[in-house]
Amino acid sequence: MALAIDLSGTSAIVFGVANHRSIAWAIAQHLHGAGARLTITYQNERLAKNVLGLIAELDGARAVECDVLDTGSVEAAVEAASADVPLATAVHSVAFANREDLGGDFSATSIEGFRTALEVSAYSLLPVARAASAKMTDGGSILTLTFHAADKVYAGYNVMGVAKAALENEVKQLAAEYGRRGIRVNAISAGPLATLSARGISGFADMQAIHAERSPLGRNITQDEVGAAAAFLSSPLASGITGHVLYVDAGYNVMGV
Amino acid sequence: MATVLERVQKVVVDRLGAEESAVVPEATFTDDLSADSLDLVELIMAFEEEFTEGSEALKISDEDAEAIRTINDAVTFIKGKGYTD
Ligand SMILES: NC(=O)c1ccc[n+]([C@@H]2O[C@H](COP(=O)([O-])OP(=O)(O)OC[C@H]3O[C@@H](n4cnc5c(N)ncnc54)[C@H](O)[C@@H]3O)[C@@H](O)[C@H]2O)c1
Repeated sequence: MALAIDLSGTSAIVFGVANHRSIAWAIAQHLHGAGARLTITYQNERLAKNVLGLIAELDGARAVECDVLDTGSVEAAVEAASADVPLATAVHSVAFANREDLGGDFSATSIEGFRTALEVSAYSLLPVARAASAKMTDGGSILTLTFHAADKVYAGYNVMGVAKAALENEVKQLAAEYGRRGIRVNAISAGPLATLSARGISGFADMQAIHAERSPLGRNITQDEVGAAAAFLSSPLASGITGHVLYVDAGYNVMGV
Repeated sequence: MATVLERVQKVVVDRLGAEESAVVPEATFTDDLSADSLDLVELIMAFEEEFTEGSEALKISDEDAEAIRTINDAVTFIKGKGYTD
């Protein structure tokens, strides 16, 4: 038999679908394609119509509302996801910073802006990991989305760079904490993709142009490429990988001049 | 084939859930069609998608986006990029 990614007989939950451009949506489609019983979450009522329209395409998938800052709603979403099939996969694809903190001088970041960015974009992995790991009785995979600005300076990304650095550290600590239970925790560091969140970053268009020009592959990546990598990391094919940040960025991160 | 105005109007009706009769050329997105800032970002991206043909991508920069406040502004901008009726 050919090598295949097979998640049938397990369920998966993906947090953070806003619309058809969301990275979470591409990941959801790939996990569904691999046979997982899929639950996706959307942040609020405003996004419900979009998201319910999207999942109508995917057999047997369900969507639930969930604000990641409300621990009760995270637990309820995970409960729903694991109700009839054991949970093996959780994907955290959630981030937010106020627009005024995504441009201008980094040093001008207010304490409220800092808190918001860090709470939504970094802290929120913890309630997701707690709730999901409690249901992963037979091991599993927890995955989050990060960006190269965790490591290197990207003008405009500002306080989100701090949030992503925190998030990547959380991935390592959670990997160590959950490893003996067969639960793996990883991150994908994606190249710039035109999503709703990305458009809030000042200078985002330049970021994409520079990546396309300078990355080894000479182009930007696609949502589908992140979806495929996510399916791999969530699958038994990646059973030896944990605490890792996998770059899906057309190789941009390896370049000097 | 629909005109640029008709295509813009359709995007706005779909995205904002606005009444077709309200989506007139002079209508402003925020005041007349009650779009919030997130809606505006979605609209700009939806225009880019609607007017991207094959490898010819319509790109609307942040500065250009700020100047697009009415249906007419959008039509003028898009026609200025070489799209015709
Ligand atoms: N687009 C890029 O260029 C890029 C690159 C690398 C990493 N990422 C990361 O990928 C992830 C997904 O972003 P995206 O680019 O798909 O944009 P997106 O706007 O489609 O997704 C962000 C999601 O976060 C959700 N969200 C924000 N606050 C929330 C809250 N309190 N509770 C629940 N959900 C909340 C939004 O509703 C939205 O669905 C983010 O972590 C982002 O930082 C994006």
